[in-house]
Amino acid sequence: MSDHPEARRTALYEEHVKAGGKLVPFAGFMLPIQYEGIAAEHHRCRTAVGLFDVSHMGEIVFRGPEAAKVVNRLVTNNVVSVKPGRAVYTPCCRPDGGIVDDMIFYKKSDTEWFVCVNASNKDKDYAWFVEQTRGECEVVDLSEQYSQIAVQGPNAPELLARVLGAEVATMKPFWFITKDYRGQEIIFATTGYTGEPGGEIYVPSAVAADLWRELMDKGSDLGVGPIGLGARDSLRMEMKYCLYGNDIDDTTTPIEAGLQWTVKFDKGDFNGRDVHLKQHEDGPARHLVQFVVEGKGVPRHNYAVYSGDRKIGHVTSGTMSPSLKIPIGIAYVEPPFQTVGQTFEIDLMGLRRVQARVVEAPVYRKAK
Amino acid sequence: MSIPKEYRFTDTHEWVKVEEDNIVSIGITDYAQDHLGDIVSVEAPRVGDEIEKGEPIGMIDSQKASTEVFAPLTGLVLESNDLLEDDPSVMNSDPYEEGWLVRVEVADMEQLDELMTAEDYEEYLGRLEEE
Repeated sequence: MSDHPEARRTALYEEHVKAGGKLVPFAGFMLPIQYEGIAAEHHRCRTAVGLFDVSHMGEIVFRGPEAAKVVNRLVTNNVVSVKPGRAVYTPCCRPDGGIVDDMIFYKKSDTEWFVCVNASNKDKDYAWFVEQTRGECEVVDLSEQYSQIAVQGPNAPELLARVLGAEVATMKPFWFITKDYRGQEIIFATTGYTGEPGGEIYVPSAVAADLWRELMDKGSDLGVGPIGLGARDSLRMEMKYCLYGNDIDDTTTPIEAGLQWTVKFDKGDFNGRDVHLKQHEDGPARHLVQFVVEGKGVPRHNYAVYSGDRKIGHVTSGTMSPSLKIPIGIAYVEPPFQTVGQTFEIDLMGLRRVQARVVEAPVYRKAK
Repeated sequence: MSIPKEYRFTDTHEWVKVEEDNIVSIGITDYAQDHLGDIVSVEAPRVGDEIEKGEPIGMIDSQKASTEVFAPLTGLVLESNDLLEDDPSVMNSDPYEEGWLVRVEVADMEQLDELMTAEDYEEYLGRLEEE
């Protein structure tokens, strides 16, 4: 397959080609959709450890004495009150409550935040950040400098300890540290998009391929392997982690999307607060739910959801769950269909309808 | 990419193989299964269904996408491949033999002439890859 003319290569491009990755243009980069197969890669992440090239993600820094005021006005979660070294997942909303993007804020100090944003939204986010900052602090797009490697799976802490040092294996979720790697400063964070232990490494592109190869070499006895975008998607769907553009967008709010826990009404004013508060008090007109299909047929983005003859919502994401071996999905539905155990029908492109049932998220839970 | 010489093909990547007289097998091509990746569920028309050329008759779900199957010919479904119910991945591993979808009694065998020959299909795939 030939390169897409406008798509760029990540610093790990050669590694993907060598590993037999099927490369596709995605968010402006040539990235592997799969290597050995989506289901096999999914199981590798659930049972061993996988490496993901997520270099397409954007990195933006807020810096300055007034930065705290700026960032807390910009996002719904409280990224200021936490200790330096904490990572905070948060939506960033418009004044009308809609989600500009969802992102992770890393608090480096009381005057500096490092932010990881979605690749497809990076330019939109940067423009929004600059506009909303009104010159009150520095906003710097560092995306060109960084590659990003996610290391996820039950064996990830062991592998990370071998490569980055023992201390990284004992860090609790959603913390980060900076470290030296071959003379370059890297950021290691215990964050991820799979529900598995491990972390994500922000690494200057000059040493990204070295780090990838070292992780592959030192993880061979741990079952390490590269994982493509396909399994990244099925892994996050099992956890009901939102994908911007599918489950959330400019027209949906965090309250509708089941992200109430990321909206901190008590921290002072922020974009969208009034709308979110009203939805929180009155109950939103739709809820994002996770469901399982009780029958055959895989739900997909935009399939209609019915109760009898009435359309009550639409599917935002769906797949065959490689872990559970049943079709699962995420959908917006009207009340009262959001409660666990409620059933509705999904229209499979007009072919027929299949029953689905709301489950408590995440539908995938590790056997204890 | 393998393309059996004696089969006929559609531009939506279904194949037709004449079994005897006016009885044909229908399936999806090697190209189609390769593009779909791991097939996880197959919805075939039922025995006794009348199918009409160009109309959707089933759905194939892979780990990454879902796609409709279109009838390459008009006819009556005589048999549906039970094997796919238990192990849909047969469509990946053997798309032209074990992975057949349905057997159909065709109303008008002249419809077969409207389909691509192996040579036409190979050329068609070549053009697709260039795009």
